Amino acid sequence: MMQFMLLFSRQGKLRLQKWYVAYQDKMKKKVARELTTAILTRKPKMCSFLEWKDLKIVYKRYASLYFCCAVEEDDNELLTLEIIHRYVELLDKYFGSVCELDIIFNFEKAYFILDELLVGGEIQETSKKSVLKAIAAEDMLQEDGRPGSGTI
Amino acid sequence: MPAVRGDGMRGLAVFISDIRNCKSKEAEIKRINKELANIRSKFKGDKTLDGYQKKKYVCKLLFIFLLGHDIDFGHMEAVNLLSSNKYTEKQIGYLFISVLVDSTSDLMKLVIKSISNDLQSRNPIHVNLALQCIANIGSKDMADAFGNEIPKLLVSGDTMDTVKQSAALCLLRLYGGAGGEPTATPSGEWTSRIVHLLNDQHMGVVTAATSLIDALVKRSPEEYKGCVSLAVSRLSRIVTASYTDLQDYTYYFVPAPWLSVKLLRLLQNYPPPDDPGVRGRLNECLETILNKAQEPPKSKKVQHSNAKNAVLFEAISLIIHSDSEPNLLVRACNQLGSFLTHRETNLRYLALESMCLLATSEFSHDAVKKHQETVINALKTERDVSVRQRAVDLLYAMCDKSNAEEIVQEMLNYLELADYSIREEMVLKVAILAEKYASDYTWYVDVILNLIRIAGDYVSEEVWYRVIQIVVNREDVQGYAAKMVFEALQAPACHENMVKVGGYILGEFGNLIAGDARSSPQVQFRLLHSKFHLCSPMTRALLLSTYVKFINLFPEIKGEIITILKSDTNLRSAEAELQQRASEYLTLANTVSTDVLATVLEEMPAFPERESSILAKLKKKSWSNDAAGASGATKSETVSTKANHVSSERSMDMGASSGAKPQSSMSLLVDVLGGEIPNGMQGNLGGFSNASMSAHEENLKKLICKNNGVLFENDLIQVGIRAEYRQNLGRLGIFFGNKTISPLTQFSPTVSCPGILAAKLLVQAKSVESQVEAGAQIQQLINVECIDDFVEYPLLTVNFVHGGSQQRHELKLPVSINKFFQATDMNSDSFFGRWKNLSGPQQEAQHIFQSQFGTDDIDGVKTKLVGFGLALLEGIDPNPDNFVGAGIVHMRGQQIGCLLRLEPNKQANMYRLTIRSSKGSVSKQLLDLLHPQF
Repeated sequence: MMQFMLLFSRQGKLRLQKWYVAYQDKMKKKVARELTTAILTRKPKMCSFLEWKDLKIVYKRYASLYFCCAVEEDDNELLTLEIIHRYVELLDKYFGSVCELDIIFNFEKAYFILDELLVGGEIQETSKKSVLKAIAAEDMLQEDGRPGSGTI
Repeated sequence: MPAVRGDGMRGLAVFISDIRNCKSKEAEIKRINKELANIRSKFKGDKTLDGYQKKKYVCKLLFIFLLGHDIDFGHMEAVNLLSSNKYTEKQIGYLFISVLVDSTSDLMKLVIKSISNDLQSRNPIHVNLALQCIANIGSKDMADAFGNEIPKLLVSGDTMDTVKQSAALCLLRLYGGAGGEPTATPSGEWTSRIVHLLNDQHMGVVTAATSLIDALVKRSPEEYKGCVSLAVSRLSRIVTASYTDLQDYTYYFVPAPWLSVKLLRLLQNYPPPDDPGVRGRLNECLETILNKAQEPPKSKKVQHSNAKNAVLFEAISLIIHSDSEPNLLVRACNQLGSFLTHRETNLRYLALESMCLLATSEFSHDAVKKHQETVINALKTERDVSVRQRAVDLLYAMCDKSNAEEIVQEMLNYLELADYSIREEMVLKVAILAEKYASDYTWYVDVILNLIRIAGDYVSEEVWYRVIQIVVNREDVQGYAAKMVFEALQAPACHENMVKVGGYILGEFGNLIAGDARSSPQVQFRLLHSKFHLCSPMTRALLLSTYVKFINLFPEIKGEIITILKSDTNLRSAEAELQQRASEYLTLANTVSTDVLATVLEEMPAFPERESSILAKLKKKSWSNDAAGASGATKSETVSTKANHVSSERSMDMGASSGAKPQSSMSLLVDVLGGEIPNGMQGNLGGFSNASMSAHEENLKKLICKNNGVLFENDLIQVGIRAEYRQNLGRLGIFFGNKTISPLTQFSPTVSCPGILAAKLLVQAKSVESQVEAGAQIQQLINVECIDDFVEYPLLTVNFVHGGSQQRHELKLPVSINKFFQATDMNSDSFFGRWKNLSGPQQEAQHIFQSQFGTDDIDGVKTKLVGFGLALLEGIDPNPDNFVGAGIVHMRGQQIGCLLRLEPNKQANMYRLTIRSSKGSVSKQLLDLLHPQF
């Protein structure tokens, strides 16, 4: 299963972090720091997998963002790459050609979409249509739930 | 500012923009503190906030937290949001709880209450939100509260598919993956209903359920065995499906890659199916997957090839796991071979990794060897160090007698350019291969000297000790070794490790090359001495021993050597060790009468091959005799002769002359000068002090099955231990006894857990006084707590000063996983019932071995088993000769039940030991600890 997923920029700024295994806050910061440094120093043509402690790190860069997942010994590296890709596709569909800023300003949405794709570090739904449908249904609820729109 | 979607919160967007516009870290912190103050006052203020405001502030807090700042308030407001009837507020509340609330928090009760309300909701979206939150937190409280509810959701016919999916993964999380509490898993009627989810119409449900079943199977393989045939049928339907059949579950023209991989992974929990029909169908699936790999790609997109190859690699893993179909193994190997030159780095990496496993199968070892050239080429040309690392691993795995010379040579070549990060590991690998496959030991010597030349910094002590051991033990390479080290030392800059090996070997076998004028005694000596000043004190000490050996080998250069020994740098060295050696060797060479000198030097041993443990014992005895008659030089005549033999033997064991030689001369000095035994000498070389260290290992082994006893002992100190354990906690009293007639000062024992052990075992040691008076004993208390199962021992490092010389001993503390056993009684039915349930290949560890002590001492065996921590269950095994036992290993978060069976075969004087537990690593570790006891 996946232990955590990190999204960070080329400058090493964390944009999203999702932990499926309990780590202490201090440890989280340390892990994120170590991995961003390790990955940012790698060259483009290098392979997308790293050994790190007893975990396998799978990462891929999309535009200015790095997506990095830590999976366990018996997880499939190539398919982890495709989990990342599926997530990117979902973000892309939802935001309409997603960019880093979308994720910064709508970080809660990025979390909600991830929660539809992965639960407890395992893939829940691989169908893009189904995930988008679920998100759309949630958004519908949000619209309904709001009495009038001028409450700010 | 980009558009904010849906019900965006303007205040939040403004705040995020402000943060992004901050020019400096300080400005950012200032802005955040301002915001925190604002939110705090809002939360504390008299005005009640509406749901939207609460949501907005909670969201801001979340953002601040994600920026890396600590948040210590707002939890209550977030919990309030959970019960909001507006979905959007509820959702933010759940997000905050998942990210920020500690599972031990007092608020958890309230959270559980809200979750339980949402689980009852008729709206599946609310139910899912609640399930996701449970999965995100996954605490014990959650398991207690919902452990019964969720399985019902999972198998009920009324539940929506999406809810089933979340419920399956939520359960998986509550069972804590493979290592959680076994009690929580559903059994009996649930088993079959859960297994049958593999037949569900909805692919998403099957995918999620397969993850859950995989975890359950790891727990109780026997109970879930029915999943094998279902998984094979499901897999078969997928691999034969066309990509249009599965609609949205086809990913870039690959039908259901996630589910395929999960099914293939699930099957790796079992041996190949017994039923020939199922087995046949599975083999067909695997063949189809291999065939598809040959077909032209349906898309140029990397996603297509990744998904397709993900399935292929998983299929190959299963083929390797089964290790029973030679045809498939060879096909797999050929397929991987074609990936070795693929333009995708990722595929090359994975192919090298997978091939490592294939190399270990007897069916495919030869097929792997065909790719040797390609792999060597990868080592030379790959630009990514992680790929090169994989190539090194594969070369190591594929090495055998037939290709060892070539592979070792290639690895040596690569070592010169290798990345620093992998050098040490490579050095070890080369050294192991060279020794393992050496048919000609001159080759072995060449390889090791090359290693030192190329990567001296990375050659650990074990490696150079080992080469010396081998040279000492093999007469046929001694002359060659002497010649080679002599040549190597002539290099203008040579590594200190080379000086050590060179010094040792020339000291022993320099005479073998002294006939050649180019390597005459004087040349040898001057060559060595030219390195002397550049070396560390440790190496210099070794060289001084070599010099005194030279006095024996080459009397013609005695004068020159004595001058060196007399020089201020040695005789007045700041290093006590060097000073001591120089003065003692000098005395040895000059002061004693010529008769004695001749006898002493004659006695210098030629490192004969002997049974070392016997001599180690003898050695121990002789030293204690000496210690007993501290001032009585009279009876030490015989003792010293013995010690002399022994110490030479000892140095053979460790492959280091430095410890032994001075000692042997020392013991003679005792005789001659009638002085006190210079204990410092021995202790100082603690690392080499093989006899007491091997006795330590022996004591350690004994202390696995008992809690009190002596851990270590030499002339200076005795270390005893008394321990008590309860559940996952232990309390150890360590007793340090000073055996000498002077105090041990700067006494400091420290305990450490190296590497990953630190995360698995908590150790806390009380400090002790810094001095141990002559003949006195002090106690140190140590508390331990077992967090997770572990393999290594914690280390007790004892530093002290005796008679002016620094002593250091590194001892292993006998804290092993079995110490946290609680003996458990059970009757025959429940024992064998559980035994059957734990029959998964990963749950069992077994070893068949020759008994060291014979199989007759039944009481002795019983004592050991009980001492090991198990309840001995008598009279429940149908065979009265067998021993069975049971116990529970306590760790902080889990308890692992373990069952044991020890079956003697009296005719053959052998035992079969089997240990089963719900956690494979525990079974294995217990086995490794226990079998050397019999």
